Amino acid sequence: MKDDLSCLTIAQALDGLAKKDFTARELTERHIAAGQDAQSLNSYITQTPEIALQQAEESDKRRAAGKAGPIDGIPLAIKDLFCTKGTRTTAASKILHNFVPPYESTVTANLFRDGAVMLGKANLDEFAMGSSNTTSPFGNVLNPWRRRSAPDVPLVPGGSSGGSAAAVAARIAMGATGTDTGGSIRQPAAFCGISGIKPTYGRCSRWGVIAFASSLDQPGVFARSVEDCAILLQSCAGYDPKDSTSANRPVPDWRAALSSGKSVKGLKIGIPKEYRMDGMPADIAALWEKGTVWLKDAGAQIVDITLPHTEYALPTYYIVAPAECSSNLARYDGVRYGLRIEGRDLTDMYEKTRAEGFGAEVTRRIMIGTYVLSSGYYDAYYTKAQKVRRLIRNDFTAAFEQCDAILAPTAPSAAFGIGENQDDPVKMYLNDVFTIPASLAGLPGMSVPAGLDADGLPLGLQIIGKAWDEETVLRVAQEIERAACFTALPGMVSEKAA
Amino acid sequence: MAERVKGETGEWEIVIGMEVHAQTTSHAKLFSGASATFGGAPNAHVSPVDAAMPGMLPVLNEYCVEQAVRTGLGLNAQINKTSVFERKNYFYPDLPQGYQISQYQHPIVGKGEIEIDLPDGSVKTIGITRLHMEQDAGKSLHDQHPSKSFVDLNRAGTPLMEIVSEPDIRGADEACAYLAKLRMILRYLGTCDGNLEEGSMRADVNVSVRKPGAELGTRCEIKNVNSIKAVQMAIDYESRRQVDVIEGGGTIRQETRLWDPAKGETRSMRSKEDAHDYRYFPDPDLLPLHLTSEWIAQIKQTLPELPDQKKHRFMKDYGLSLYDSSILIAERPRADYFETAAKGRDAKLVANWVINELLGLLNKDGKTISDSPVSAKNLGTLVGRIMDGTINGKIAKDVFADMVSSGNSPDSIIESRGLKQVTDTGAIESVVADVLAENPKIVEDYRAGNQKVFGFLVGLAMKKSGGKANPTAVNEILKKKLGESL
Repeated sequence: MKDDLSCLTIAQALDGLAKKDFTARELTERHIAAGQDAQSLNSYITQTPEIALQQAEESDKRRAAGKAGPIDGIPLAIKDLFCTKGTRTTAASKILHNFVPPYESTVTANLFRDGAVMLGKANLDEFAMGSSNTTSPFGNVLNPWRRRSAPDVPLVPGGSSGGSAAAVAARIAMGATGTDTGGSIRQPAAFCGISGIKPTYGRCSRWGVIAFASSLDQPGVFARSVEDCAILLQSCAGYDPKDSTSANRPVPDWRAALSSGKSVKGLKIGIPKEYRMDGMPADIAALWEKGTVWLKDAGAQIVDITLPHTEYALPTYYIVAPAECSSNLARYDGVRYGLRIEGRDLTDMYEKTRAEGFGAEVTRRIMIGTYVLSSGYYDAYYTKAQKVRRLIRNDFTAAFEQCDAILAPTAPSAAFGIGENQDDPVKMYLNDVFTIPASLAGLPGMSVPAGLDADGLPLGLQIIGKAWDEETVLRVAQEIERAACFTALPGMVSEKAA
Repeated sequence: MAERVKGETGEWEIVIGMEVHAQTTSHAKLFSGASATFGGAPNAHVSPVDAAMPGMLPVLNEYCVEQAVRTGLGLNAQINKTSVFERKNYFYPDLPQGYQISQYQHPIVGKGEIEIDLPDGSVKTIGITRLHMEQDAGKSLHDQHPSKSFVDLNRAGTPLMEIVSEPDIRGADEACAYLAKLRMILRYLGTCDGNLEEGSMRADVNVSVRKPGAELGTRCEIKNVNSIKAVQMAIDYESRRQVDVIEGGGTIRQETRLWDPAKGETRSMRSKEDAHDYRYFPDPDLLPLHLTSEWIAQIKQTLPELPDQKKHRFMKDYGLSLYDSSILIAERPRADYFETAAKGRDAKLVANWVINELLGLLNKDGKTISDSPVSAKNLGTLVGRIMDGTINGKIAKDVFADMVSSGNSPDSIIESRGLKQVTDTGAIESVVADVLAENPKIVEDYRAGNQKVFGFLVGLAMKKSGGKANPTAVNEILKKKLGESL
């Protein structure tokens, strides 16, 4: 049993801890060891085994005293965008290479309150800008999955939360935090064959999360089952007066809702016709179709819906997100913390610090953002994008008058090779074509692994819900999980098991 | 009559609009819980939000919103139920976020107006364009080290209200009157301490000149105008400069100019072409601010009586002159002092004592009414003793001087020094009789028709009584006695 500790779900582990089958320390030690074996994935920027063991021991004491929290003793990877008190937090940027926050983000504080154990700070695309985790100055993260046809070709884990997704898929963490601005949880979850949920904007506090695009950024979680996602999200979520965009509304008991046995029977599932794009790989189209059949078989009603402004979502996002990022990243100026490269004068110091501190993708987005906010271009870009964003939101509002949840693919392809799509930013941006609309509308979205493509790579299906209705999203995802019986393991995990 | 600049080609009209930055009275900063107190060691009042640490988020201080609304109401202005915070983006070491959170397209307060009192006694209305809320920047210190600059973030994030006037001001006198009145209103409301020296109120002055009735000229914005006197001097200098440029065949460039108080001149800081592109956009960390009519109405109910209302009430209820009323209402504590002292007394007499004696004394020492060594109650009692005949006006000045130095009550001073006025007719008759007996020559003069010596005799009698005799009684008795012997 102990050999398999790293392959348990969180629900199973909580059960085992409660029954005293093993201790939190043993569970944590197993994950630390698994992490050592999987260093080649580069899923962590900073590993924190000492902290993890200390937290695990405290957890065992709490449990012995009958004071265990809802996720007590569960070892997690924390995306290195969440500020952790006393532990270096880099946002995967050189400009913050030495930054140690004197405060704890609300989401991680909530997780620790409930007993979580931190294994380390997970790698990501620099400042969460990317869809492949190839923009991190701490190196690429590798996807634990390989193509059957080309097992030697390393694949990306997706991004931006690539380290989080790879760690959970490789069984070196039981779950992980992520953030999703345009698909940064859902797309890597799909690429790595695990579940990931981005809740409604405002559900999880952004306080202490290093900002990329404030009106879109939303913390969420990864795990290897829908139930596990519900368990983790439960701990993360909640109103935070320190975040003015946090919603003051109660957090439902999602785990209880999932175990109530309530099925998808009678739910109306919308299939947006605009998501059927030219050139969609046949495997993905087939999987989407399969998903609709599964839900239909489970008693849901499938309805065709239209989201007419879908084609404008990507360009809208690539105006709004860079605009906000250009301003959010202005604080990294070498004056108070982080990297500073001395210069002849103030301007020279600014220029040298930022040129040295930011990578190419971040620089590109700062420049795009600065451009679209500049006088003379402002109305044509920024103002127009805000208007289109409203239309996209209205599309969803209208669609949700006809359905309870929307089913779509998560990403237009399976995981691709490192270096692919690299020379063409637009092609890279297309990765998020299915995830961005829900981000612009602030809606909850979840990816759940539903099958493999012809080359043995996992593919995800995405469920988009009404604002604040994570419960339906989770319920539909669990139905797909049940029907898909996704048991495939990434090569490196199954090899080890064998 | 507005001031004009006399040029070679005739008279020029000065057109002025003012932008006043007033630091909102609040214990905490606009978007963080840090203290907004003036002073303190450098960087002692800085939260991670003020220092723009990664992941930190602003949360609006509701009290500052209340203060802005209160100010808007005091400026007779429209309160906008929806306003939006935007980011004004620029790089500077004392601006940690790399942007200032301000309001741009949708300020919290719209159009309003205030009345200003001009030196000639006339009143003029100046339009208010808007009031918006914003956070202040920190301070760069360039004089602490030979090669390095230091940054003090104590001021970073402190709440400001920027109050913009219409270009209704015509000349330095009006500009000074506007600033003085605005400061008075803010102090009455308790929304800004109006302290120009500490920088809690700062004015930018937009100046242009034109031939009377012509189109508006090109304006220059003058910064660093930090006192009412500086407003006067900067406008006088700048309007003359502009007239000289135009009459010399040049044109005025739109630019920002700096007032140099040492040299007494303005000089160019940056031209319009060099102006920043601030790339304003709504701050996504803050939701639009929505106010309800009920909340605004509640604040309106707590509004104090404002200077102009008070001035008119003093004139009407106490029968004071416009001049006296204006002096008494200039500061709220001064007006309160007057009203406390005047309760149940002759208000005009109290006004005279406050203005001529007390304020005269305080002004000499550069003090305000709050520093007064004489309480309002005691001053009222003093005036009461004049009114009830216990002492006369002359003795009252002695008593007042004693009150100032000893801090004692007028009654105890009158009592202990035996200053009570003598109204006992018998005692006065005997004093008068003595005076007449001692000065037979003067009595003769009077009886010979020289009426002028009567006053001299009164003075002698008063002196003999140690000033305590009731002057009216002395007059009457003297007149009677001089007539009797005829």
